[in-house]
Amino acid sequence: MPSSTVDADARWWRDPSLRPMIVACTTLSMAVGVFGVSFGVGSVAAGSSIAQTCALSLLVFTGASQFSAVSVVGAGGSFGSALGGALLLAARNGVYGLAMSRRVRGRLLTRLVAAQLVIDETTAMSVGQRDPRAQRIAFWFTGVTLYVFWNLGTLLGAVAGSAIDPTTYGLDAAFPAGFVAMVWPLLSDRRARQAAVLGGVICAVAVPLTPVGVPILLSALAVLVGLQRPPRVEPIVEVYP
Amino acid sequence: MTWTLVLVLFAGAYAFKVTGLVILGGRTLPPVIDRCLALIPAAVVTALIVKDTFSVGQDLVLDARAAGIAVATVAAWRRAPLIVVIVLGAAVTAVVRQIS
Repeated sequence: MPSSTVDADARWWRDPSLRPMIVACTTLSMAVGVFGVSFGVGSVAAGSSIAQTCALSLLVFTGASQFSAVSVVGAGGSFGSALGGALLLAARNGVYGLAMSRRVRGRLLTRLVAAQLVIDETTAMSVGQRDPRAQRIAFWFTGVTLYVFWNLGTLLGAVAGSAIDPTTYGLDAAFPAGFVAMVWPLLSDRRARQAAVLGGVICAVAVPLTPVGVPILLSALAVLVGLQRPPRVEPIVEVYP
Repeated sequence: MTWTLVLVLFAGAYAFKVTGLVILGGRTLPPVIDRCLALIPAAVVTALIVKDTFSVGQDLVLDARAAGIAVATVAAWRRAPLIVVIVLGAAVTAVVRQIS
């Protein structure tokens, strides 16, 4: 973790209010590690070398793109089709970066390192926290533990070549379940509720109609509900009919 | 898999991350853009939930994951800790998958 972050949040790991976040982020990272194992197995099975498989996890570090690239190559797809599909999946990290830019600050070098960690899980974990400090700590903590587990898992899978199937333990549902818990606190805001519903609907409609990776990008259009003017007087108490 | 593809993928994936976080981020933006950007997490994370729960590739499906996420949603609504929500979602999915 970059020193500037640590200085600002000295002894953050002793802060009891952060403990639930740390436990949850660690658990999620371990689940990601199991997927890392299956990526390692799948990538080697699809014809990549162990070194290439590990390099993908270390450098590309965005799981969906990696899975997509090795499966296209393994199925005999061209360089262009493997690249195109993987980059479509990677594009949403640009959207996450925009959302995270106000939460992850610091020197240029710090932000360049942070950029590598901008993925689904780090963004979701961070935005689920209440105050800016917890958001920043959740981003870095999830990013670093997830990076470690994802890469250890990849190495293990690539070398061992056989592994447990993550779906046996429902680990594929661990991600959306975690995302539900993370998005929940955001929904106390009316506009965020509208954006969430619209984003979910756009995604569901787009899944059968567009290539894998595109629905998530399209869902970002739901932020246009923010174009409405904010109410001039904020009601102090919400009155339900 | 070729090393060229590995490196081009690295460059492409990192370019997206840096563009959002470092190049476009951190600037002072008009309030309307700010309001829209603040809604990205709600919109996109919800879309991720929909994708991870109801899709396999380009197919919309209803399988064991839906049961797991339904239980996870109730747990989140009852303000269960994050870890409980995650474990419940995974466990219910695994059980429903076993018995179905």
